[in-house]
Amino acid sequence: MTGAASDQSVLLDLKAVSQTFHSKRGALPAVRDVSLSVGRGEVLCLVGESGCGKTTTARMAAGLAKPVAGSVEFEGADIWQLGKRERVAYRKAVQFIHQDPYASLNPIRTVYATLAAPLRKHGLAGSRKDAWEQAAALLARVEMTPAANFLNKYPHQLSGGQRQRVAVARALALGPRLIVADEATSMLDVSIRVGVLRMLSKLRQELDVGFVFITHDLAIARHFGTGGRIAVMYLGRVVEHGRTEDVIGDPQHPYTKALLSAVPDLAPGPRRDPGLRGVDIPDLAALPSGCTFHPRCPLYVPGTCDAVEPELLEAAGREVACHVVAGQADAAPADDTREKTGGGV
Amino acid sequence: MTAVVSPTVAEPALAQSTGGRADGVLRLLVRSKSGLAGLIVVVLIIGMTIFAPLFVDEHNPVHADNRWAGPSGDHWLGTDHAGKDVLKQVVLGGRTILYVGFFAAFITLAIAVVFGSLAAYYRGKLDSALLQLTDVVMTVPAVVLLAVVGAFFGLTSPTMLALLLGVITWPVLMRSIRAQVLSLKEREFVEAARLQDLGSMRIIFVEIVPNMAGYILINFIIAVTNAMYALVGLYVLGLAPLAGANWGIMIHQAWTYGAIYLPEGRAFILAPVCAIALFQLGLVMLTRALEETFNPRLSRG
Amino acid sequence: MPVLSVRDLRIGYRSGGRLVEAVRGVDFDLYPNEALALVGESGSGKSTLGLGLLRLLPRTGQITGGEVRYRAPGGDQVEATDYDVLSLEGTRLRRFRWSEAAMVFQGAMNAFNPVLRIGEQFADTMRAHAPEGRLGREDIRERAGDCLRSVRLEPGQVLGSYPHELSGGMRQRALIALAMVLEPRVLILDEPTTALDLLTQRAIVDMLQELRAERGFAMIFISHDLALASELADRVATMYAGRIIESGTADDLFREPRHPYTAGLIGAVPTVHGGALEPVSIPGAPPDLARLPAGCSFASRCSYAVDECRTTDPGLLMVTDRPAGETSHEAACLRWEAVRMPAMALQDEEAGK
Repeated sequence: MTGAASDQSVLLDLKAVSQTFHSKRGALPAVRDVSLSVGRGEVLCLVGESGCGKTTTARMAAGLAKPVAGSVEFEGADIWQLGKRERVAYRKAVQFIHQDPYASLNPIRTVYATLAAPLRKHGLAGSRKDAWEQAAALLARVEMTPAANFLNKYPHQLSGGQRQRVAVARALALGPRLIVADEATSMLDVSIRVGVLRMLSKLRQELDVGFVFITHDLAIARHFGTGGRIAVMYLGRVVEHGRTEDVIGDPQHPYTKALLSAVPDLAPGPRRDPGLRGVDIPDLAALPSGCTFHPRCPLYVPGTCDAVEPELLEAAGREVACHVVAGQADAAPADDTREKTGGGV
Repeated sequence: MTAVVSPTVAEPALAQSTGGRADGVLRLLVRSKSGLAGLIVVVLIIGMTIFAPLFVDEHNPVHADNRWAGPSGDHWLGTDHAGKDVLKQVVLGGRTILYVGFFAAFITLAIAVVFGSLAAYYRGKLDSALLQLTDVVMTVPAVVLLAVVGAFFGLTSPTMLALLLGVITWPVLMRSIRAQVLSLKEREFVEAARLQDLGSMRIIFVEIVPNMAGYILINFIIAVTNAMYALVGLYVLGLAPLAGANWGIMIHQAWTYGAIYLPEGRAFILAPVCAIALFQLGLVMLTRALEETFNPRLSRG
Repeated sequence: MPVLSVRDLRIGYRSGGRLVEAVRGVDFDLYPNEALALVGESGSGKSTLGLGLLRLLPRTGQITGGEVRYRAPGGDQVEATDYDVLSLEGTRLRRFRWSEAAMVFQGAMNAFNPVLRIGEQFADTMRAHAPEGRLGREDIRERAGDCLRSVRLEPGQVLGSYPHELSGGMRQRALIALAMVLEPRVLILDEPTTALDLLTQRAIVDMLQELRAERGFAMIFISHDLALASELADRVATMYAGRIIESGTADDLFREPRHPYTAGLIGAVPTVHGGALEPVSIPGAPPDLARLPAGCSFASRCSYAVDECRTTDPGLLMVTDRPAGETSHEAACLRWEAVRMPAMALQDEEAGK
């Protein structure tokens, strides 16, 4: 996609980023060699189970954590090499929404105080009256009207959905071009979850904001990521990456297939046993050799899968990291493993 | 029943309260009987020391012929070794003690909060430097220091006394404030503020510190009680200048003039002791109630 | 004959000197070997209800009324039991918990004591709750091993481990094994898979179904996840603001919901399989339990509500011709006949235009 990407104005580019944590049990490679990008108004969903590295990837994308290898580029510039002024511009342009709206709002500050702080700090609002009006406009953006009813409230006086909307409004205060949302709806009740999702989708269309959307819920990814791309992660690596419709509708990687067949669903559909050979996820501190999915994989080929780590290669119009799917036991090295295919059309 | 540990049941609909935080605190305080009693005692004694000069003639003449008189209609609590009225001394003698207590506590707290939160927020060199400073200050023997300073400079001003007390008592509180900020700064709302480039000073003192308001208030009261005890101790030992009349000086004089051996002198020694004990008791009851208010887990036992 | 009959159960929490009812008069029957799902959102009272059934409420909680009747048929040597759980005290209550009815909590880490090996916790639980008095060491090992094997854990490895040495999925399975160790006739599972990953969740759900078939216990499955409930349960009861507002077989409830809230919940869940119907959220928020409105507590969020809904509290109405019992379908809605799934309602509207 390197060619196509330049015309499509890539906002954020993760280039072969890795992150390693250190614990008592040794080094934990949370993210290994992940390359992803997202453009204006585009949505990229990162899905996977806990410990797959999706949140770590998101934190690197938002500049909250520095990768130990690789680079994070925003509009072509490495975000860890920015001068002071560019750093402020980056900070305004990329915002992050936390999972837990009960923890991400300061309990002793009113909605107005929370929203006005960035506006006044960055000189976007001159007077208190101006800040008040802009804060009200932000609340209207997240469908909290009439705003006057909410501006003087404290977080504990709001419901979970309302709090998360305030958190989104705060993220919008500085006019971001990219929002990284980490499980932003997973703590919300079912009946209000899609309302918040729909509001976020609207922002994407109306404000042309790009989204990196992290979720463990494939149905949410399918719904929010319509028209965008999905990257499925497993133990720190991307195993499948392509258009949402392709990946959900016709998964290629055995891990993606297993996940999809395991989703409990109200809609009648094919519900097969995932056919995994093992229930428990391997420990990050002791990753299996070769393909890290091989101890659980139903397609496991001894001698290949446990020896060589598969590369992310083009298959069926998306990228897949699987020897069996690639149809070749000894994966031929690709010219450029970072090249993305099938994405962001 | 090892395995049966009731998990916390999330019932958010129940947790919704309508009032602001401040009147909630007051309401809870009023509900606790001992807290309310403590509050009343503290307010009464503070009120007495502030407003007594308006109603009581500060002139307390010496009557050499009326020394060690027992309680009477003219002198409800009798007189002292110089024939001065004891009640008047008690009513008027709280001013210096309370002033120094509150002012010293304020200084302790200000230093502890500023140093503690800066150290915790920035970590690194600043943190280790400030922690070493606490070690140094903690090793200074306070009584000796005060004695030396008192001997050289003659500590006549209560403000100087308060400053000295404040400057040597902050380290313990600073360490616990530091620990609190270390945990608070990991909270997501702090990260959210950082994501918006709100500036470190603002994040520390506007976003983080007010979240410890209850904790700080409780520690302020504790610091007041400590400073008062330290000050009274200084007076009793005679390390602070014995000018004027206050509760500490009264006890000192009662001691030096042998009031404890005289049945008529009992009121002179008991009155200041009771005043101090009552005020401290009020503060302690108030602190307990505040602790229960700010930390409901304590109240469940 | 139901194994558990709950009648007009009321549970309140003391909050700021007042008692706020979180469960406001719940009736249901649990039949032997049946899986009943209690579905609802946070604050609906479903977890409180589960804890109340076993009298495991936190200190601020209190059962204020009703009856929980537990029945077990007699056998050759055993007398038939029939008593109100709410009247039990001391030893009898301790025996009822675990040997008659056991509970699996959401956070397996909190349910296990972190400083005791799993094996010791099995022994403690069995000694404390076993009905037939003292159990021998061998007996305990054998039964614990049996249960662990049935949840696909290796007893030799697990019994000697501390809780933190196991993965989340293994701990949750060990907890299920612990709940089954005294062969209770009722198993209450409060969000047993919520904290777990998808593939682990799938494995545990499949395992629970097998265990139920094999061991014949009845199961109350408390969850916010409708899809999971639809797969696991024979019967489903939807809870809202402390009451059951609809109950029926899983088929009835998910195909033809008769309460607007159930229909709304179903319509709000995005799906991965099949054609993508646009999910629709339910407007508004649940009412404050301390200030409940008159009439139907859902009326303010309901598009079907008429004036009567705001004054009359309907109570559960029978919405099928089938007789009361395991297959009845009841909904607490005056307008149950008009209720449609939200997506269908939208289609109807468009067709009407």
